Amino acid sequence: MNRLGKLHWLDWAILALLILFAGYVWFRIDGALNYKWRWEIIPQYLFRYDEEKGRWVANILMQGLMNTVRISVLAGMLALVLGTVLGLARVAQNLAVRMLARTYLEVLRNVPAVVVIFIFYFFLSEQLIAAFGVESWARGIARGENAWIWESFFGDMRRFPSLISGILVLALFESAFVGEIVRAGIQSIPKGQREAAQSIGMTWGDEMRFIVLPQAMRKVVPPLASEFIALVKNSAIVSLISVHDLTYKTVELVSSTRAIFEAWITTAVLYGGLCFLLSLLFRRLERGKG
Amino acid sequence: MTARPIIEIRNLGKFYDGFEALKDINLTVLSGEKVVVCGPSGSGKSTLIRCINRLEEHSSGRMIVDGIELTEETKDIRAVRREVGMVFQQFNLFPHMTVLENLTIGPMRVRKIPKAEAEARARKYLARVHIPEQADKYPAQLSGGQQQRVAIARSLCMEPRIMLFDEPTSALDPEMINEVLDVMVELAGTGMTMVVVTHEMGFARKVADRMVFMERGEIVEVAPPDVFFTAPKSERCRAFLDQILEH
Repeated sequence: MNRLGKLHWLDWAILALLILFAGYVWFRIDGALNYKWRWEIIPQYLFRYDEEKGRWVANILMQGLMNTVRISVLAGMLALVLGTVLGLARVAQNLAVRMLARTYLEVLRNVPAVVVIFIFYFFLSEQLIAAFGVESWARGIARGENAWIWESFFGDMRRFPSLISGILVLALFESAFVGEIVRAGIQSIPKGQREAAQSIGMTWGDEMRFIVLPQAMRKVVPPLASEFIALVKNSAIVSLISVHDLTYKTVELVSSTRAIFEAWITTAVLYGGLCFLLSLLFRRLERGKG
Repeated sequence: MTARPIIEIRNLGKFYDGFEALKDINLTVLSGEKVVVCGPSGSGKSTLIRCINRLEEHSSGRMIVDGIELTEETKDIRAVRREVGMVFQQFNLFPHMTVLENLTIGPMRVRKIPKAEAEARARKYLARVHIPEQADKYPAQLSGGQQQRVAIARSLCMEPRIMLFDEPTSALDPEMINEVLDVMVELAGTGMTMVVVTHEMGFARKVADRMVFMERGEIVEVAPPDVFFTAPKSERCRAFLDQILEH
């Protein structure tokens, strides 16, 4: 209550304007567009009661959210590995390696994410998935006895190839940014550390592995954490290549129920809640460490 | 003592984009010899000893260390660095490792010595620098003098044939300088070849076989300490000594 007292009259004016504007939008939707709100249909698309199994199961929105979490976590891990390699390549002694890494980075930075995603999808992950016969392998798993173990990690195994391409594409895209963070971390390590490692005769690889990277990675945990949150949000983009993530499922829901506003607001809350929880978690971990 | 040359520096030159940091340096250090390099700041003394283990590349002339000529060849550079320990002004201990880990990483990764043996060796050298009880601490928990002694022990664990010291006491609080110098004097007593860049003239008098005075990238004077401190030949050297010895 005390805090309210600190609000200036100008703050109240701004608040009033915002409320007026929100009211106007509401009026447009409700009156002018003649929109009929049907919030009551949303919960059943989060969870539904499965008569056969006799218990509550996730319905399309929650399935989508679970897939978004799966894709984000797996792509995040892969991006961390690729990004570390890329970060090392950016500071490598070999000029050709440095130039390759730089080119990769500049392309990813200067081409829109959507375009990059489509290029990776058609040129890379489609080919790889076909070449390795992932499709039939996954179908075999889906029919097998241990399907449930796999499905707890990857969701519906029949959709596994699509999930994998989503993960690959997202990881490749994010690796460029992780790589830059890792490079900055490496370069923030004082020169004396590297000279000390060199002066005892360490190879470049040992110097990186035992001296530079362990210190650099500790320094870049906070920027990596915020990059991970960005990755969760960016993962919505894989819905464009038919990966059944939260955004894709929402599009499906909207086209079958026409509940445009309710569905998208629900989805926004789900994404927002997930990312907000993550940032709280990272902040707590950060504080615990300090 | 065998009088075999272990470091041979011939007509060495070094350019930093347009600036001539080292000019036509000629110096031979014999095995077991203690050479102290002094001179005003910016005179090139640090650059010179950093050329000995190729933390700096020379631009012209030759540098031959323990029979190996330093060139672009990374294998040769590593072979030289294995035999040449270096102690830095800022200690440069690895902050994410305990003292013991700082001491064992080199022998284990570079010399491929088993862990148990590397640890035994580390404890031996920690005792040699008088801090055997600090093995499990992290560098940040130690005083500056202790950190520098750990750094000396880290180099010694590689059992090098040559030790380079790049202003080892310049970053220390005055009350810690002696504990580090004492360790260096003891090390000199073991017959180690040492090249030391320092302003500590008391130490130089005690251990140096030869003094080298540098100014503006050149070696101006080389003399045994008794001659160097009492009757320096060059005017510039005399002026420098007057400045640092007047207190």
